Amino acid sequence: MAEATAYQVIGTRPVRPDGADKVTGRAIYGADVRMAGMLHGKVLRSPHAHARIKSIDTSKAEALPGVKAVVTHKDLPEAPDKIANLGEGAVNLKFLSNNVLAQEKALYRGHAIAAVAAVNVHVAEEAVNLIEVEYDILPSVLTAPEAMEDGAPILHDGMTTTSLGEKTDRESNVASHYRFTLGDVAEGFKQADLIIEREFDTATVHQGYIEPHNATAMWNEEGHVTIWTSTQGAFVVQKQSSEVLGIPVSQVSVIPAEIGGGFGGKIPVYLEPVAALLSRKTGQAVKLVMSRTEEFESTGPTPGSRLNVKMGATKDGRVVAAEASLAFEAGAFPGSPVGPGGMCIFSPYSFPNMQVDGYDVVVNKPKTTAYRAPGATNAAFASETIMDEFAEQLGIDPLQLRVMNGAKEGDRRVDGPTHPRIGFLETVHAALEHEHYNTPLEGPNRGRGVASGFWFNVGLQSSVVINVNSDGTVSLVEGSTDIGGTRASIAMQAAEVLGIPYESVRPTVAGTDGVGYTDVTGGSRTTFATGYAAYEAANDVVRQMKERLAERWNAETEEGATALTAEDVTYSGGVFGCSKDAGKSVSFQEMAELMPRTGGPISGRATVQPRGVGGAFATHIVDVEVDPDTGKVSILRYTAVQDVGKAIHPSYVEGQIQGGVTQGVGWALNEAYLYREDGNMSNASFLDYRMPTCLDLPMIDTVLVEVPNPGHPFGVRGVGEVPIVPPPAAVANAIYRATGQRMTDLPMSPGYVLDKMQS
Amino acid sequence: MQTFDYVAAQTVDEAVSLLASKGDQARVLAGGTDLIVQLREGRRQLETVVDVKKIPEANVLSYDAQNGLHLGAAVPCHRIYNDPVISKTYPGLMDAFTLIGGIQIQGRASVGGNLCNSSPAADSTPTLIAHRTMCVIAGPSGQREVAAEQFCTAPGRNVLENGEFLLSLRVPAPPKNFGAHYLRFIPRNEMDIAVVGVGSSLVLGDDNSTVTDARISLGAVAPTPLLAVEAAAALVGKPISDDTIAAAASAAAGIARPIDDMRGTIQQRIHLTGVLTRRTLQGALSRARGES
Repeated sequence: MAEATAYQVIGTRPVRPDGADKVTGRAIYGADVRMAGMLHGKVLRSPHAHARIKSIDTSKAEALPGVKAVVTHKDLPEAPDKIANLGEGAVNLKFLSNNVLAQEKALYRGHAIAAVAAVNVHVAEEAVNLIEVEYDILPSVLTAPEAMEDGAPILHDGMTTTSLGEKTDRESNVASHYRFTLGDVAEGFKQADLIIEREFDTATVHQGYIEPHNATAMWNEEGHVTIWTSTQGAFVVQKQSSEVLGIPVSQVSVIPAEIGGGFGGKIPVYLEPVAALLSRKTGQAVKLVMSRTEEFESTGPTPGSRLNVKMGATKDGRVVAAEASLAFEAGAFPGSPVGPGGMCIFSPYSFPNMQVDGYDVVVNKPKTTAYRAPGATNAAFASETIMDEFAEQLGIDPLQLRVMNGAKEGDRRVDGPTHPRIGFLETVHAALEHEHYNTPLEGPNRGRGVASGFWFNVGLQSSVVINVNSDGTVSLVEGSTDIGGTRASIAMQAAEVLGIPYESVRPTVAGTDGVGYTDVTGGSRTTFATGYAAYEAANDVVRQMKERLAERWNAETEEGATALTAEDVTYSGGVFGCSKDAGKSVSFQEMAELMPRTGGPISGRATVQPRGVGGAFATHIVDVEVDPDTGKVSILRYTAVQDVGKAIHPSYVEGQIQGGVTQGVGWALNEAYLYREDGNMSNASFLDYRMPTCLDLPMIDTVLVEVPNPGHPFGVRGVGEVPIVPPPAAVANAIYRATGQRMTDLPMSPGYVLDKMQS
Repeated sequence: MQTFDYVAAQTVDEAVSLLASKGDQARVLAGGTDLIVQLREGRRQLETVVDVKKIPEANVLSYDAQNGLHLGAAVPCHRIYNDPVISKTYPGLMDAFTLIGGIQIQGRASVGGNLCNSSPAADSTPTLIAHRTMCVIAGPSGQREVAAEQFCTAPGRNVLENGEFLLSLRVPAPPKNFGAHYLRFIPRNEMDIAVVGVGSSLVLGDDNSTVTDARISLGAVAPTPLLAVEAAAALVGKPISDDTIAAAASAAAGIARPIDDMRGTIQQRIHLTGVLTRRTLQGALSRARGES
């Protein structure tokens, strides 16, 4: 199998094709897009967390010199109240449209109300302030527990809970309730010697990508719209924009710019349909770019959550029952990642009895969207804290407890699927054997914590075309926006199959007109699925070359000899041969030169929807020191162990892990949306929304465990998301060992930790 | 961002007359790290921005043991801490000047601007106060001097009258057995605004123990940076000890009157005032004794 194979390209660490242009500032990001006669837009946003919009008067703004157009929700077609699959899961089209431009109500501070196009951004800003909106301010509700209370302000008139698939008739902020069950938890708790039940709260956090959302649109005289934007998926922008604008997908072309981070946050559309509307009204290209404040107040964070978790274990460390109730803030419209949270919470383990209830709750905050293993980090904070308590109270090493309960191939997850070949136990064993875990942590106020995590990863759809050049190189066209080095990891898989150097493959990310349908760069799917398409497309090239050589060699042989078929042509190490004639030999490069004389250009193509997705597991070790006077936590050392299947480009895999840990530590320690009483966010800037800086973290050690995914020809598993899952729990467990206090809330900011220590 | 006029004044008189004629509609620009952001975010609307970086007196940076440090109000932080003599002579000032904003900000931001922005949480102000700094103010009727602890009057407000601007700062040369230290508390390790900041200085007698002078200044715990005379009183005239330091810390915490906001609660800030007063006094002591 894959582990025994000696690869030429896979597993090496070449320079990424997009690297030089990015570090020299030549790469074209969304904000770099400039067109002749381009106008600049600005969005007016609600200053209120919850308000009915009584009227919008745009006349003063329209009268300002330099203003070319103003749009409101009235410029959008009436969106049907129906569910459509728009490539990032099911979306209610009315909600999608109302999030792009508010219709009857502003549902969060920052909700888009209107937009202006003007000759420059300063005029547009001034014009936005001249739009007069009459609001009827309504009471707001900001957290899931409050929004679930009787008598809470209702966001959506007429919305009732869909519970266990059935519509109920009571108006509520709970959009839906699901339950996963495996075994019988009540019976399981009867067998338990130790039962721990805790309530956890986690804050709303943002993806914090460095590049703000942007969109430039040109609606031409034929009614065709072209959109340039930074996005995780051009085809998803195409679909969503066409639905919101009420025009066919064939009338929307999307050209993806280079992207400065996404982490799930650059899947939904915000500005794209607005820029398109403004372009339609003005007949000119219109560009919109968000400020950082708009990013925080108006784009999808990942939800705050209330987690009630109860688990029971026997004296000898076998967890016999686990029960969770997860209430996630969806933001202003339904669709929190409470489902994935429930899928992941107990999935590193083979507990015999499990039950998870999930509640998707609307609140007056921006609509949440994906963020790196969405939902799984919240959930693991609760379950991995209780695992640590079991270890401590039962006197078992926390990693050994995970060995005793760890999931293996054939074990069933609470949400139904059975684990295929997975590498969770391998990560725990690697952690147990690691020098970090075996080096005593000395000094006062210090503690070491561990935690594990799971993310299922996804497959979805990808397309790749490989065009052979006459000099023996190839151009590879794919549709997956490159966020984490995937141009390299996809090109490497093609090079491996083609038997040519990595440098001979030139990958290009194309827009919706340049490549077959490709889903978002998300779900840790790109190196797996688009890589799979590259593998298939490369094999298609080899197959065509073999067919041509069989034909060519037949023409050369004497009459009467048995005709060769493509099966008789071998390909190894970049050279074609013949299994029936050892004297025949043609290199890939020679074959490329022969194309015009053997039937013309060669293009390999593949479209895939791979089903053999390999889940990812991680086990992390962290050492902290807590300042006993201030409650401030310093990260002293961090080691992240992960089953990566097969690391195509180990450096970029390590980079993904380090990035995930960094974001997870930020989530653990200081990141949070802070709100004033009126429902307005008080820290909508990077100054007071405290992501870690490079002075806040040590070098993060990574250990790549390779348990190949049998569902991929090279054994690839998605690697990008699971590293964010364990950090908050690992840090909380380390703080416990340092202070003797259990942390139940995120973030574990100095004030919170100090309060706990002084309690 | 609205349009405004930019004038680079060449002389003190030119700046004064511009500021006097424009009143509230003009403001002084040095590094611009506060002002430009305020303009861009629409928090401040101005007709005229008066750049004082071209005025020689606002750019002076000199030190001698007689007169101490003369620091032009427009001098950016990096020029100060990259001066080997000044940075060695005033480690308690450098504590603050090296952590304002971040390295890029320190390339532009001036200490004078930090003081004139008059934030209660300004990092340089408590340590300037602890160093007995005098503010040299230029105005229509000539120059006047104000002690640093008298400069700020409310959040974002100070003693500058119409037509006046801060020209320079004068910091006395450190006496024998002098030590100073500034610390702030922030939840991460850089790029942040003080939850609490404390600047302390001590002068020891010839016995290297008796405190002959002490200055403790608190940031972010009141509408303006405070000079905690009550805390100094717990130290002066006594041999320094953990007990006197604890008494000073407790006195400092006692005069803190902070607000609750997103950066900290009242309780947390009062607690941190005590912690940082203790830690800065320990740091100042070790510098006074030449231990660090």
